[in-house]
Amino acid sequence: MKISVTINGALCEREAPENVTLLHFLREYAGLTGTKEGCGGGECGACTVLLDGRAVNSCLVLAAEIDGKSVRTIEGEARDGQPSALQQAFAKRHAVQCGFCTPGVVMSARALIERNPKPSVDEIKEGLEGNFCRCTGYVQIIEAVLEATGQPASLQEGSHA
Amino acid sequence: MLETANSEGLRQVGRSPARSDAADKLTGAAIYVSDMILPGMLYAQVKKSPHARAKITRIDTSRAERLPGVRAVLTGHDLDYKLGLYVVDKDILAKSEVRHFGEAVAAVAADTRAIAHEAVELIEVDYEVLPPILNHMDALAPDAPLVHPDLGKYDYVKAVFTPHPGTNIANLTVTRKGDVEKGFAEAAWIVEREYTNPSVQHVPMETHVAIAQWKTGDRVDIWTSAQSPFTVRGLFCHTFKLPLGNVRVMIPNVGGGFGGKAGICIEPLVACLSRKAGGRPVKFQATREEEFSLLPCRSALTYRIKTGVLADGRIIAQKMEMFWDAGAYADYAVNVTRASGYSAGGPYEIPNAWVDAYTLYTNKPYGTAYRGFGHVEFFWGIERHMELVAQTIGMDPLEFRRKNLLKPGSITLTGERITEHTGNVRKCLDSVAAAIGYGSLTPAERAREAKTGLKIGKGVATLHKAPAMPSNTGTSVVVKMNADGSVIANVGLTDIGQGSTTALAQIAAERLRFSLDNVKVTIEKDTDRDPYDWQTVASKGLMLTGNALILACEDLLAKAYELATLALHANVCDLDHDGETIFVRHDPAHRVRFAEIALGYTYPDGSGVGGPLIGVGRYVAQGLTNLNKDTGQGLPALDWTFGAHGIIVEVNPTTGAYHILKIASAYDVGKAINPEMIRGQCVGGMVQGLGTALCEGYIYDQQGRLLNPSFTDNKIPTSKDLPDEIECILVETPQVDGPYGARGVGEHPMISVGPALGNAILSAVGAELTHMPIRSEDVWRAMNSKAPVETWITKTPVGSCRSLPVDG
Repeated sequence: MKISVTINGALCEREAPENVTLLHFLREYAGLTGTKEGCGGGECGACTVLLDGRAVNSCLVLAAEIDGKSVRTIEGEARDGQPSALQQAFAKRHAVQCGFCTPGVVMSARALIERNPKPSVDEIKEGLEGNFCRCTGYVQIIEAVLEATGQPASLQEGSHA
Repeated sequence: MLETANSEGLRQVGRSPARSDAADKLTGAAIYVSDMILPGMLYAQVKKSPHARAKITRIDTSRAERLPGVRAVLTGHDLDYKLGLYVVDKDILAKSEVRHFGEAVAAVAADTRAIAHEAVELIEVDYEVLPPILNHMDALAPDAPLVHPDLGKYDYVKAVFTPHPGTNIANLTVTRKGDVEKGFAEAAWIVEREYTNPSVQHVPMETHVAIAQWKTGDRVDIWTSAQSPFTVRGLFCHTFKLPLGNVRVMIPNVGGGFGGKAGICIEPLVACLSRKAGGRPVKFQATREEEFSLLPCRSALTYRIKTGVLADGRIIAQKMEMFWDAGAYADYAVNVTRASGYSAGGPYEIPNAWVDAYTLYTNKPYGTAYRGFGHVEFFWGIERHMELVAQTIGMDPLEFRRKNLLKPGSITLTGERITEHTGNVRKCLDSVAAAIGYGSLTPAERAREAKTGLKIGKGVATLHKAPAMPSNTGTSVVVKMNADGSVIANVGLTDIGQGSTTALAQIAAERLRFSLDNVKVTIEKDTDRDPYDWQTVASKGLMLTGNALILACEDLLAKAYELATLALHANVCDLDHDGETIFVRHDPAHRVRFAEIALGYTYPDGSGVGGPLIGVGRYVAQGLTNLNKDTGQGLPALDWTFGAHGIIVEVNPTTGAYHILKIASAYDVGKAINPEMIRGQCVGGMVQGLGTALCEGYIYDQQGRLLNPSFTDNKIPTSKDLPDEIECILVETPQVDGPYGARGVGEHPMISVGPALGNAILSAVGAELTHMPIRSEDVWRAMNSKAPVETWITKTPVGSCRSLPVDG
């Protein structure tokens, strides 16, 4: 079937089988391989994209479902060759290691800060809990989100006692 | 030996510039093998065994072969090859017998994934199911069925390993130091206990993936998500009896490895499918489920420790027996056994030691290298045992550890003398103890206990590890100068996320005195183009490749100086340089830019000399030896990295539920090349260690079927599982032969998280834990003096990982 989706602001029309997932539509029909497949079962968050502004696991969405809708992927995060403040903060705070979960994490963080421009540490942990990262231990990712939202980049909100 | 320890005046080393690969990884531009599509590429799928042990009585692929779009079908009978790292015991596809659940018995390459999937479903296999060996301790029974009846016929690395044909023992490593029985006779106390942990999955976010193209003339191109390109090439050529030059292995970005991609896995199968399909490229990517059972995991361990202690609290003797679960194939497990054998006592001085470390075959997915290479598993035993011994003799556990720690002059289990340069485990331990306020609760903590009704406990654990590698491990580097005076370094070391590309660029910039912008270290690997490196494993990359890189930079500078003498009409001894130019020391205005000599020097009359500047460096581990097979004595350790964790935990004394309030970790890194990147390794490794400590592990039913091959049933830590407070402390005792004094720390943060947690829980509620992971129910059982439940091989005949364990 013909599927028309706005991806990162540009219309993308492709013939694709009705059972193709949004993840495979992006990677194999739209040529956007920045969105990664980590489990294919909606468990790891590597394939997170924004669907009408909401973070979704693109492996759980059929491309046919989103005909006529708008998707944002990691490829739309930088503008005119300039990394976004979020991307700059991730680089500066060493929030990237192997990089395979990174696009999904950035998109979840993007969705979070658009609905909550100054998230607390607990809100960031909540907002990113669906994104597995096996390398970083999350701390520098959380610091990057704090930095990108103009907050002191420290997780310690006072002693545990 | 390289000049190192002086850290004064360093301009690049010790800073934390952003990673050189961050921009590509943050924009989706970084290419991984999973992103690659080649012209004419086919897609592979494998048919997997539903049984742990069975004879294949019939296999019929005819329906699959007739399916339109299918280009190649293979079974074990088509492939007369054996694979193996140290013991050559594995078929590419199972031949007459399957040895573990999820083992590949047939494979298909087709025009699309969907066709390949359908074709696999059309392959018919009949099995005669046999009773499997699941618990590795059963593999030792005299009447146990043999997982490998042909063990005596297999090739293996004879200088290092000792398989026992006619048994399930893939290897036995022994270590003997002093006289352990004499030591026990002198002991005032003898304390003995057994510790266990199950198999665990690495969980790289990118599952194993490879593309191979077997071209005419037996020339093979391989793109793979592997850690070690030269190992893939070497083992591939060994299996297929091809010259090394025929096979080209390329590795772009890799989505995590953690040891699970260290050796050779799916590359031979994919290449054989390509050959069968007439040379078209074939791609195979494991599903997440296949990552758990088709591909290797970390070995389970049973560890028995018997310790003799003198009246003053000094350890006098220790007998250690390790039983490692190799699963169906030896792979890295035999070398995990060897490396664990010589480290088995932890960073403690043990005058009389006796270690038997067995690798045992079972009918389970096979074990391989995993970050820490055995140390995560056996430190669970050692550091829980140190706590038990201290308790038994009535000494504070921290004090007991301090009394027995390795210090300058101590002799390790294999006879190596510790020096003041080896690293300072005492400082690591004291740092974490101070960071958690070890030994007492603060008034605030006491008030919190009173308010919540929960119990707070504190515990520490030490760690150490040396690279597990051949005694003559070597590496090489080429540094090429561009026409603008910048350089590109080619190294064989793979950056699987650890950040070596960036740290090496800092080292090169430091040595060359260039700006970091003028130094590039390539991230993609290519065995045709890059100089040799043994493997990307063992936390040895920074030290060995770093040294080779320094030598390559010096070689480049020497050649540049040679040309500068012509340009400047000056003696070499009078030259010096900065980031842009070479100049005469006593006449600094007299200078030549690197850019002017980068491609050779050109005389004013136009004639050239010298040619493009290129520096070569090579480095090999020095002074190491094989271990004596009868005594385990020898010098196996390139360097020792020491560390410690301290944990504050809050436990519900009624339910056993717990929460980590703080973890403080310290490592003696020698010299921090990029402190923020090291913090990334430390926190990332610690959280991966928390996964092992809290919840991760393979669960099987009585037939040996893996019950939890998914993230739903096999959780890994998420951002919500972080301890409230995380402190990372770097100790710097320079490594004399390390680059700028640095030593590796990639694996170490994962080690000993479990026992630090176990010790903290013990101090909070008195729960004596001997099995890791530590789930709330395990704490509850231990608090109530109930034996640990063996839920890892469930008692139910056809299990569900969620079914209640049968209470034993």
